[in-house]
Amino acid sequence: MAQHQVNYASAAGLPIALTTVDHLVNWGRSNSLWPLTYGLACCAIEMMASGASRYDFDRLGTIFRASPRQADVMVLAGTLSKKHAEFARRLYDQMAEPKWVISMGSCANTGGMFNTYATVQGVDRIIPVDIYLPGCAPRPETLQYAMMMLQKKIRRESADMKKNTKQRIV
Amino acid sequence: MQVTNKLTPFFENLNFERDDNTMVINFGPQHPSAHGQLRLVLELDGELVVKAYPDIGYLHRGIEKMGENMTYNEFLPTTDRLDYIASTANNYAYALAVEKLLDIQAPRRAQVIRTMLLELNRIISHLFFLATHALDVGAMSVFLYAFREREFAMDLMEDYCGARLTHSAVRIGGVPLDLPAGWLENLSKFLAKLPEEIQTYEDLLTENRIWKMRLEDVGVLAPEEALSWGCTGPMLRGSGIKYDIRKEEPYELYGELDFDIPVADTNDSYGRYRLYMEEMKQSARIIKQLIPMYAKTEPQLMAHAPKYISAPKEEIMTQNYALMQHFVLVTQGMRPPKGEVYAPTESPKGELGFYIKSEGEPYAYRLKCRAPSFFHTGLLQELLVGTYLADVVTIIGSTNIVFGEVDR
Repeated sequence: MAQHQVNYASAAGLPIALTTVDHLVNWGRSNSLWPLTYGLACCAIEMMASGASRYDFDRLGTIFRASPRQADVMVLAGTLSKKHAEFARRLYDQMAEPKWVISMGSCANTGGMFNTYATVQGVDRIIPVDIYLPGCAPRPETLQYAMMMLQKKIRRESADMKKNTKQRIV
Repeated sequence: MQVTNKLTPFFENLNFERDDNTMVINFGPQHPSAHGQLRLVLELDGELVVKAYPDIGYLHRGIEKMGENMTYNEFLPTTDRLDYIASTANNYAYALAVEKLLDIQAPRRAQVIRTMLLELNRIISHLFFLATHALDVGAMSVFLYAFREREFAMDLMEDYCGARLTHSAVRIGGVPLDLPAGWLENLSKFLAKLPEEIQTYEDLLTENRIWKMRLEDVGVLAPEEALSWGCTGPMLRGSGIKYDIRKEEPYELYGELDFDIPVADTNDSYGRYRLYMEEMKQSARIIKQLIPMYAKTEPQLMAHAPKYISAPKEEIMTQNYALMQHFVLVTQGMRPPKGEVYAPTESPKGELGFYIKSEGEPYAYRLKCRAPSFFHTGLLQELLVGTYLADVVTIIGSTNIVFGEVDR
């Protein structure tokens, strides 16, 4: 945000900050990312650990919400099976715009070690993913870093979602 | 009406409008208290559950099938992902079954390390149970306290094997590494602090009026029912039946160790909660006995069985024959004798055992995992009937199911 040198004495004592709408909106969006509590498998335990006392996600403004209607970020933490794929897509569709997706762990990225008949080989086959997060399972620090990467990404985006060129599968 | 296809099986086409004044609701698969991917189809009369139908398979990854297409050593890291809260318990159960098939025994030091890791994992798993159970019931602060303590235990695991969650800390025939310097001191420090922390949780919960109201007489499981549903572990002991595989069929060093099997006779969720707290104390007691045992052992870590297990690295680097053996074992995998084997172990959640049928090839002909959570999930259709919707979460939390090992 562009902070200008303001003479408080002459401007009726009011602090003034000049900015653009994009910056202001993105500042709000990026600092209150609410992920959906969407644990799929092992990575969900690390996701819980990131929300718990040592790694303390709350200080990033990240508060887990149980309903997709209240969530901004979907952290797909774990193996997505073909049976579950339909629900993952439905939950993604239920989230209100703007929304982002973090694919957490090898299974969610590419299917990982589970190259079998039952698993989806990468969640990007059903929903668009913003951040891919490697590891099996990724440490909580990795998830925190991914969250910060996502914040950076949001700050670069236009506040008007229509202008963003993100591919959305209809 | 939904269209039936591969992804939506037939029973999803439930008629949601009934004439008999009951309502059908879906619980999960995305529910913060569903412990992963449990989907319950509940039929409700007002707030009373009339019928419960647990629908599993949302985390089915084909692990058993993978076991039949991988060599024995390759499959070991996959067992981490079964019960991912206590990975070492799975690694161990699998390693024990293969060792029984090969008829080899781990050296004494490996046994001491394994038993330590198993009990440490039990503490980690029970702390996780407490954290999630309390969170589901509504006690957020206990979640934060229990996770804090769990992180210290995970630090110990990380110091030993380098991983927080997926350990692979047990190998077929022994353990891969010796304990790092200073590990036992850290373990002692952790154990010294643990009783104090358990006391904190008990102060917060045991006599807490809300906690008692939510847990007492909820999820009552009669001993006969527990037996007929195939319950094991804390679910069975919570119903007053003193059965623990560590005592019944002692494996590893449990025959030499002095510990008690706590039993709760109230049959309800509160009794099971007390049982979990008591088991953590017993685990700490076991580890305390193991610490002096470690110093009295020889430094050998892997069993000596050149047909199945590679020689130590020093021998591979210096002796030609050991190198050849190692090459064959790595490229082809070990070929155990023909036969079938089942080895039960007491995992933090109950009886965990692997059944392996070998045809003498490097791949198992059939591999089956007997996971305790699977039976406890089936139990839900009996346990939930007649309870209120609000208690469903308490009961699921109390059964302590993990979907990695239910769906496999």
